[in-house]
Amino acid sequence: MGLFVAQLLTGLANAAALFLVASGLSLIFGVTRIVNFSHGSFYMLGAFIGYSLMQVLPGAIGFWGSILLAGLAVGLIGVVVELLVLRPVYKAPELFQLVATFGVILVIQDLALMIWGAEDVLGPRAPGLKGIVRIMGEPVPKFDLALIAITPFVLFALWYLISRTRVGVLVRAATQDREMVGALGVNQSWLFTGVFFLGAALAGLGGAIQLPKGGADLLMDFNILASIFVVVVIGGMGSLPGAYIAAVLISVLNVFGVAYIPQSTLVLMFVVMAVVLTVRPYGLLGREEVAGEHGQVGEPDKPIKPAGWMARIIVLIFLVALGFLPFVAEPFFTILATDVIVFCLFAASLHFILGLGGLVSFGHAAYFGGGAYVAALLVNYANSPMELAFLLAPIGAGLLAVIIGWLCLRLSGVYFAMLTLALAQLVWSLVFQWDEFTGGDDGLVDIWPSAYLSDSTAYFYFTMVFGIGGILLLRHMAHTPFGYALRASRDSVRQAEATGINTKRVQWVAFSIAGAFAGLAGGLFVFSKGSIFPVELEIAKSFDGLIVVFLGGVKTLSGGVVGAAALTLVQDYITRFEYWRLALGLLIIAVVIIAPKGIVGSINALFRYRFTRGGDEVKE
Amino acid sequence: MNITRRWLLAGVTALFAFGAGSVTAQEDSIKIGEINHYKRMAAFAGPYKLGIELALAEVNDAGGVLGKNLEFIFRDDQGKPGEAVKIAEELMTRDGAVMLTGTILSNIGLAISSLAAEKGYVYLASEPLADSIVWEKGNEYTFRLRASTFMQASMLAEQAAASGAKTYATIAPNYAYGKDAVAAFKKALLALQPDAEFVTEQWPALFKIDAGAEVQAIERAKPDAIYNVTFGGDLAKFVREGTTRGLFEGRKVYGLLTGEPEYIDPLKDEAPEGWTVTGYPWYDFTDGSNKAFVDAYLAEYGERPGIGSLVGYMTVQSIAAAITRAGATDADSLIKGFKGLDVETPVGKIHFREQDHQATMGAFVGTTAIKDGAGIMVDWEYKDGADYLPSDEEVAKLRPSK
Repeated sequence: MGLFVAQLLTGLANAAALFLVASGLSLIFGVTRIVNFSHGSFYMLGAFIGYSLMQVLPGAIGFWGSILLAGLAVGLIGVVVELLVLRPVYKAPELFQLVATFGVILVIQDLALMIWGAEDVLGPRAPGLKGIVRIMGEPVPKFDLALIAITPFVLFALWYLISRTRVGVLVRAATQDREMVGALGVNQSWLFTGVFFLGAALAGLGGAIQLPKGGADLLMDFNILASIFVVVVIGGMGSLPGAYIAAVLISVLNVFGVAYIPQSTLVLMFVVMAVVLTVRPYGLLGREEVAGEHGQVGEPDKPIKPAGWMARIIVLIFLVALGFLPFVAEPFFTILATDVIVFCLFAASLHFILGLGGLVSFGHAAYFGGGAYVAALLVNYANSPMELAFLLAPIGAGLLAVIIGWLCLRLSGVYFAMLTLALAQLVWSLVFQWDEFTGGDDGLVDIWPSAYLSDSTAYFYFTMVFGIGGILLLRHMAHTPFGYALRASRDSVRQAEATGINTKRVQWVAFSIAGAFAGLAGGLFVFSKGSIFPVELEIAKSFDGLIVVFLGGVKTLSGGVVGAAALTLVQDYITRFEYWRLALGLLIIAVVIIAPKGIVGSINALFRYRFTRGGDEVKE
Repeated sequence: MNITRRWLLAGVTALFAFGAGSVTAQEDSIKIGEINHYKRMAAFAGPYKLGIELALAEVNDAGGVLGKNLEFIFRDDQGKPGEAVKIAEELMTRDGAVMLTGTILSNIGLAISSLAAEKGYVYLASEPLADSIVWEKGNEYTFRLRASTFMQASMLAEQAAASGAKTYATIAPNYAYGKDAVAAFKKALLALQPDAEFVTEQWPALFKIDAGAEVQAIERAKPDAIYNVTFGGDLAKFVREGTTRGLFEGRKVYGLLTGEPEYIDPLKDEAPEGWTVTGYPWYDFTDGSNKAFVDAYLAEYGERPGIGSLVGYMTVQSIAAAITRAGATDADSLIKGFKGLDVETPVGKIHFREQDHQATMGAFVGTTAIKDGAGIMVDWEYKDGADYLPSDEEVAKLRPSK
């Protein structure tokens, strides 16, 4: 009994920082609809700033003062980010802002490295709360009790702010219908800035308050990201009490998981999330999405049309030129080009569901890595010939997408995105944990192509055939009746259904096709690298895909491919420099601000502007 | 719109100008491709790079190798194996590197090792610890410098067997390295002390430890001794919760790598006391080659060397010795150069074994203590790696037949 109580208290204490950070994310999302990937970076900054302040300010007052000041400072940093980076892109297509926040992550990573150095720092202990008290014979750290006591106060203060003040009324109104709030004469910009301040400050507080239980390091931004997304989704996006309940639920379950199923540490959280979303699709206390809020906002899309003969000739010339690459360039460039094509195919497959289907998948790496693992496992265990393994890669990934698609498509919008993320994490942890079969983190190696493809030039042509073939096929599908049905399902479910389209089935098929093509990319990848590791299934890989699709232009047909090629080439070049993350982050932010329609979208707009100068196209 | 276009143009121009300015490598030098996670693992890769640069200066001041300067090309792989493979190809086919070295993370080491065998590149795995690099996945082209997981775990198991503890708890990050480290320790301990019993095994997620819960779970099993494999931020949290809750009182604790400056320094005056650990007591050398290296490093950089500094320094020494011995820089000659190579290093003479390409670099084993507000190792001893490797027959069984 004593141990049970002690474990419960540990869980409650762990929930504190998690709740603070997650509530900030939830607030920001609720009001601004921005999925803030850089929220983990605010948490990290809170920890580092809090640490630095605690070195200067003495005693208990200094300690708690440092935590508050760290929150304040991070809140102000949040304001700077909002004003400089996000405000220029509010009008961009939905979720485009997440690309900008990704740039912010990179910038903050390098700045933190410059300021605080590479070494981890251990947080100071809380003055006066260093020891333990015995509760029913079990030791419980005093600081844990302090955390347990503080969290409800924070929750209460937030609740009061949101439900009893004028600011809160506006925030709630904006959460439900921000256009209406704007129409009623509320200055939305400052409301957004204010909410960003509060959200970032909460993340900073969370980072600073966990210092006595750990410290600050340069990996903590990404390490907390998955768990706070899970908490926000389980609680219901935008719901603060929901975030609290979810944080407590996850933390307490985790403590018991550690005690009774020690191997469960990786998956538990995602299993809980998958179960909750299956039973309550909008989280514990979340509300159903307001219809029309998701899918497409802003002006309706122009109808797509097949490329004109001019464009076809240009692409043909480009492909022929690419085919001659091995004859004119150094051997390394064929290897680089192989990498680029593989990533382009991956991006094109994501773009297929994201751009045409309006289905935001946060877990697309599962099919890329899934395909690669199918091929690698076949080679490793069945000694199957490379050709067979390669053929089964897209099929295996497609089947995975059929299953995950069936589970996820009962949800929509951000909840759909989050469930794809959770299930992709399940796949990742399965591969990561099942060492006997998948090799775990040490992966599967020596997966090389057949002898006739072992030369990198031969493999380059192989990649060209399947990679570019796959990209063209995906593009062709956009112009088929299926592609039309898919876009109809994206733009208006009601009208599409009224014309006899089974929207869910169309989306399900599209999701599976996208998975299969991602698997094809994975198959190409594994034989070009000779090895596969769980990192290819990670969230970061899924994010890479999302970023290039948005960067290229989600509302264009070739956006994914162009974005992928651009990012791979820039990255190849820029990582040669010392502070490449800073440079890449700034570059991404610059592109986001200069070209809010994505690279292709903005070039298109530029052309249209030229040809119809003074015409009705000019909006800027 | 016009402003936008001008910006774009300016950006593109700047990018190209930037590119034109990048340095091209010197023609008459022998180049080594060095791939590492300079950003992802900055705290480890930084000292490692300084160690390399120190040794390079010494080698080149002494006339270089084969009458040429030795030169390293450093590249960041972002911590991604696929990226590392691409960079390895570029280093070998475009930059004119004669061999590859580097990596801290085992998975990237394995990826490069597989590429090395496929393409016939020589690779010296300097820092990755996974046993499989030289055993199950070993190949003709790959050599490894640092004492592997198996070797270091065996050194601790030897100490543990002598302690008289019967029941053990283990705590290790939930991934390949953690699992290897626990398996190796168990195997070595049970061989020495068949009645040892493992009462609980804890597997926190890497860098996401729930330290309070882990400490409670271990306390519940009431072990005589604890074997710790956690490191970095996980170690800090585990030590703090464990100390606060009295987990380590009256228990022996064995910590793999815990005494390495990279891991113990961040703990400052809260470093655990009385743990038996492997590490690097650079502060404690009084004479000999160890002292000479530390002094040269301190004089050059003014900061303490880490274990990475030592490994980086020895990497250059090994490569320079192998090339000199080979007399040429093609792959076949280099393999001959490495096989059976003896190198004089700060820790003494090491030997690259012919049977599995593992170097006999050992590790320092000692007891942790606190001095002047920092964790150190006392009563330490250097254990020669050669004494902690399996027999030749076992190794032959582990390595794939050619």
